[in-house]
Amino acid sequence: MTETVNTQAAIEKFKAVIGAHVASYLDACIHCGQCAQACHFHEVTKDPKYTPALKMEPIRKVYKRHKAPLSGVKRMFGLVPAELTAEDLTEWQELLYDSCTMCGRCTEVCPMGIDIASIVGLSRQAMVAAGLGPEDLMEAAENARTKGSPLGMTDEVLADRIEWLADDNEIEIPLDREKADVLVTVSSIEMMKYPDSIVAMAKLMNAAGVDWTISSKGYEATNFGVLSGKSDVAKIMIERLTKAAESIGAKTLVIPECGHAYGAMRWSGANILGRPLPFEVVHITEFMARLVKGGKLKLKAMDQSITYHDPCQVSRRGGASQAARDVLNVFAKDFREMSPTGNHNWCCGGGGGVQAVASAAELRHQVFKIKIAQVEATGAANMVSACANCRLTMDESRAALGWQHEIKSLVEVVADQLD
Amino acid sequence: MSFLELTEGPLWYIAATVFVVGVAWRLIGILTIGRPKEMSRSRGFAPGGAIKAVILHSVPHGGNLGRTIYHFVVGYAFHVGLFVVLFFAAPHVDFIRERILGFGWTPLPRWAFIIAAEAAFAGLILLWVRRMTDPVMRKLSDWDDHVGTWLTFIVMLTGCLALQESHDGLRAFHMLSVELLLVYFPFGRLMHAFTFIFSRSYTGATYGRRGVTP
Repeated sequence: MTETVNTQAAIEKFKAVIGAHVASYLDACIHCGQCAQACHFHEVTKDPKYTPALKMEPIRKVYKRHKAPLSGVKRMFGLVPAELTAEDLTEWQELLYDSCTMCGRCTEVCPMGIDIASIVGLSRQAMVAAGLGPEDLMEAAENARTKGSPLGMTDEVLADRIEWLADDNEIEIPLDREKADVLVTVSSIEMMKYPDSIVAMAKLMNAAGVDWTISSKGYEATNFGVLSGKSDVAKIMIERLTKAAESIGAKTLVIPECGHAYGAMRWSGANILGRPLPFEVVHITEFMARLVKGGKLKLKAMDQSITYHDPCQVSRRGGASQAARDVLNVFAKDFREMSPTGNHNWCCGGGGGVQAVASAAELRHQVFKIKIAQVEATGAANMVSACANCRLTMDESRAALGWQHEIKSLVEVVADQLD
Repeated sequence: MSFLELTEGPLWYIAATVFVVGVAWRLIGILTIGRPKEMSRSRGFAPGGAIKAVILHSVPHGGNLGRTIYHFVVGYAFHVGLFVVLFFAAPHVDFIRERILGFGWTPLPRWAFIIAAEAAFAGLILLWVRRMTDPVMRKLSDWDDHVGTWLTFIVMLTGCLALQESHDGLRAFHMLSVELLLVYFPFGRLMHAFTFIFSRSYTGATYGRRGVTP
């Protein structure tokens, strides 16, 4: 396997992505290992190889050998790390892909405040340069490039499914309107596995009188280019959404229930594209919160107890944890927070593309036990999330573990409460 | 020239120069690497996030204090103890006044110095024991972690031995160990004494724009 690994390409990519922030992270890490205490993979296995700081080792080796200030002086005394090898990269594939959801909990506990999740994202770009990475995740990224979505949902499939959902539910789901204030994007996970979420989103938009449309020019919100480390695919996905929004004159682009899609477009989109976005990007929870606050959505009270799973990329790494609560607090009379919650919540175990990596399935299921304990501790009858990827991860894990609790979509629950 | 004169004279100036130039070189070197321009629409104030992160990461947050209580207590014992000894031990205040700044300040009474030194010793030893016994730290640690620890320990030990000022040789050994540490400092992980501000600030600024401090 190592014969086909392009180690030099990986080294060059590592060197290219090391900015001042990454350098400061790599120079500040004191190997205290506290990050392990915040990582769900270490929490359930107690295996030290899952220590988040260890995931920085390949990029650290390249930095210390090739790019760190004073590395030239240290090299004279043989004090720089050995050159990165194909064996290193091959060994680290599991650590960088199967066992990091880029949830960012490790940053919270790090005395240096190191953003290890971002370094894992950059390291995946180097792995791709080397020709490495899980086949299923790479295939999903290629599907996004060639077919428009990781699950192979082409624009024809999109149109067919929207027509079917609209007819079946007797609801208007606008597609390819020439002009609209709001471009609503979809996650193929929702469209193919949880289509009720699309219907629910349409109900909310229509009930609030939003001037909206879905566009076949750019519809897929998930960005498997970002998740896999395929930078070119990441840019293609951002370009499609941007062109679609620009072509209809949208002022707002709504990201559906998907955490990583939010992070990719809201916080990385302009940087990947190379120019500021001429529209605002909001997560569906933020958009719902606005509609509720503006009196555009009237919701019936819900008496049953309910708890909320924060998608990491929306809350801890996205800064929008309050939006879902602003919606829940309007109709949920018995809203129960998990512990920890909000920006400190435990990950579902399938973020960062891990959901799409078959070899990580067993590990994901083990991680889900943390979530089971959190939910059961609340005693809530209902559990909702605002991320279809979290939902799919948890649905698969609860099936594997035989846990009977249903996991619902916040958008669907809110649509059910429309007055 | 006696051994003491050598360590307090030429060797001191050489070591101090390597330290100052090396630290500055490394810090400026990090900053001048640069980073891509941030183009997303800001939700929060980046400098505010940076300041908040520098403060916030002084204590494990997010409900994680209990999980990291060993490092928290022992780490603070070592760092606070070392800081107090370094800047408030009577011989150090004298040295700073006579050799570096030209002015000094009131040193700690001896009993307070003893407490600070004991805290620093206990902290450093317990951190090293943890590094040698905890599976996670063993997995992460490399030679640089151990060299930094042992150099610091030797400096502290020779400092205690020199405390009575009963023998010039002991004071010279302390000076020599300090000079070794100063020369090593810019090249190793001891630099975290400065780079922690950079790493906390970068994360704080990045996420401060997003309206959150992880």
